[in-house]
Amino acid sequence: MAKRKAEGYLSGKEARRISRENRKITNELEKKRKRKKVPESEYLTKMHDPNNAVEFDNLHTYFFTDAGTVKSVDGVSYEVPIGKTVGVVGESGCGKSVTSLSLMQLLQRPQGQIVEGEIRLNLGDKAVDVAKMPYEAVQHLRGNFVSMIFQEPMTSLNPVFRIGDQINEVIELHDGEGKSREDMKKRTIELLEMVGIANSEGVYQMFPHELSGGMRQRVCIAMALACNPRVIIADEPTTALDVTIQAQVLDLLRSLKDKINSSIMFITHDLGVIAEMADYVVVMYAGRIVEKGTAEDIFYHPAHPYTIGLMASKPVVGRQVDKLYSIPGKVPNPVNMPDYCYFKDRCEMCVEKCGGEYPCEVSISPTHKVSCYRYYEIKNQEGGDVS
Amino acid sequence: MSRKNGAAGEKIPGSDPKDRAEYTPVTYDPQYILMVNELKKYFPIKGGMMSRTVGQVKAVDGVTFNLKRGTTMGLVGESGCGKTTTGRTILRLSGEKTGGQVLFNGREVYDLSNKEMRSMRTKMQIIFQDPFSSLSPRLPVGEIIGEAVREHNLVSKAEFNDYIDKVMDNCGLQPFHKERYPHEFSGGQRQRICIARALALNPEFVVCDEPVSALDVSIQAQIINLLKELQEQYKLTYLFISHDLSVVEHISDTVGVMYLGNLVEYGRTEDIFRNPLHPYTKALFSAIPVPDPNAKMNRIVLEGSIPSPANPPTGCKFHTRCANCTQRCKEEAPVQREVEPGHYVVCHLYDK
Repeated sequence: MAKRKAEGYLSGKEARRISRENRKITNELEKKRKRKKVPESEYLTKMHDPNNAVEFDNLHTYFFTDAGTVKSVDGVSYEVPIGKTVGVVGESGCGKSVTSLSLMQLLQRPQGQIVEGEIRLNLGDKAVDVAKMPYEAVQHLRGNFVSMIFQEPMTSLNPVFRIGDQINEVIELHDGEGKSREDMKKRTIELLEMVGIANSEGVYQMFPHELSGGMRQRVCIAMALACNPRVIIADEPTTALDVTIQAQVLDLLRSLKDKINSSIMFITHDLGVIAEMADYVVVMYAGRIVEKGTAEDIFYHPAHPYTIGLMASKPVVGRQVDKLYSIPGKVPNPVNMPDYCYFKDRCEMCVEKCGGEYPCEVSISPTHKVSCYRYYEIKNQEGGDVS
Repeated sequence: MSRKNGAAGEKIPGSDPKDRAEYTPVTYDPQYILMVNELKKYFPIKGGMMSRTVGQVKAVDGVTFNLKRGTTMGLVGESGCGKTTTGRTILRLSGEKTGGQVLFNGREVYDLSNKEMRSMRTKMQIIFQDPFSSLSPRLPVGEIIGEAVREHNLVSKAEFNDYIDKVMDNCGLQPFHKERYPHEFSGGQRQRICIARALALNPEFVVCDEPVSALDVSIQAQIINLLKELQEQYKLTYLFISHDLSVVEHISDTVGVMYLGNLVEYGRTEDIFRNPLHPYTKALFSAIPVPDPNAKMNRIVLEGSIPSPANPPTGCKFHTRCANCTQRCKEEAPVQREVEPGHYVVCHLYDK
């Protein structure tokens, strides 16, 4: 038993104290979010660059659990330019999905809360800060401006409603003003045809269990595109699918993106898929961004030891190696993160400085940024500043 | 067994013993640990009033391959093509086979008595796909690994604890993990427990049913390396079932590509990856995403999805999605032919 206590097992008393404190914090945040009739001026903001569709700025999303505070997203900043695809890679539990859920305000509340930072969303003529928006106002953004394709097409469709009704519902809720039932049906059939379902009239009448995995994912994509959103979040859309079906779905997403000129946030852990889809790549580790840049930067000049390790550990067809590289150790416990670089304990390229505080972001080229002490020196020699 | 004919006089293909002798029996060759000859496994579809058998799902429909001692064979294909059923049928885990032969060390697995089968089980093991649902949540890890060892009396009581420690150590687990329960472990660690459970019995042959599909990339590499190390150490033979072609290329010596219950192409890994012959293999390989943003994509996108195995197309089963389909493909089922030495393909295109 003694060993168990030493490894972070909480006593009942301790757990009660933590949950009491958590409740105090979350109640306050909830009260703020649940206010009625919040003036728009409170959450209106300006984009730093009008060419961006979304800007995450120093986002902190915490989960107040009974075992302690989990900093799922801890100071994440990146941009999604209009008409581009940004790929987010990382291991499970690194916070890539939580970042996107923060944008949709779909976090598991009241435990999950955005505690700091801004998420600026470009609405065309104005911009809003989603992090400060009250719950009711966000409902008008979902579907119309931001929509999401979920990982599991098997579980994200309701088994007791027909496909047509499920897509109609999206249109009715977000874009349904002045539309009759027939208009909606017409639009739904049009959507089903757009995502490459040949028998669209038939599928309209079907239940989800009558469709295969690839077809269901197409329906989910049709649902996400129903109101022509500006930003599509694709959260591991092909992980549950076979390679041949995956190729079909990726082709479809690419052609649709050009057709309606929206931006895609593509979340996955498959580096091959990212290389194919993304213009920009963000690599996350334990709630923070360790490296970001264009796809060429990341794939041809990976800089952070984690990115390098990730690339080396994936077997590639046509590249023979005797033994795959594997990153030693495991992800640190999310409840008490170390105060030095989170990757230090698993890193094989440590330098002396790594014991210091968490490294800041260093630009190694105009588009390529990395958080690692190994690149401080290069920067200093060039006379650049480390911000 | 569940394969009873509901109505008298109704004949279901494959259910009559006379129909089953469609294959020429193979003779045992000692260099092969496993010889699979025209293996068939059909599942009945029950329906109607008296839950009669109204049809059959041809999950495995004539699979033939030989597996050399100490090598790894990869089995790839889309979901629903019968990879897993093949693995399970070889181990006699899904009832009786419908037809064909499975020779393990020269003995027909399905002819063994229950008692003989029980002792044979220690020689052939399986690692399941999902490490989250294949471990009992109510047993501590030491018990999960040791249960079968005790059951088969592999080691004496005095040596039992040391033996389990040794097995766990080989699989990268610490001795103090023994008292813990599966929920206290991460996905990679659980997969190590599954591997330890299979290896504790000192098997010769292990079916790995998608052992890395549920894991992260960095953990995947650890498990693949572990499987390779253990293979060298214990001279194991693997049947590695996966849909991840890059993993299969890395770990396998020979590869079989399955489509709708048939092995459409089979050969050495280098041959298959360097020179895929079957149109399905070509399409499958072209669909692999390459981690290079400027890679030229000459992708063959297959139209539609895999047909139902309950009602497979006539002739070549792939003709509905094949770009090179001819009239002959629609009518006549192709047979396996050797195109290069050791490289077999089932396709009319390679007829002389």
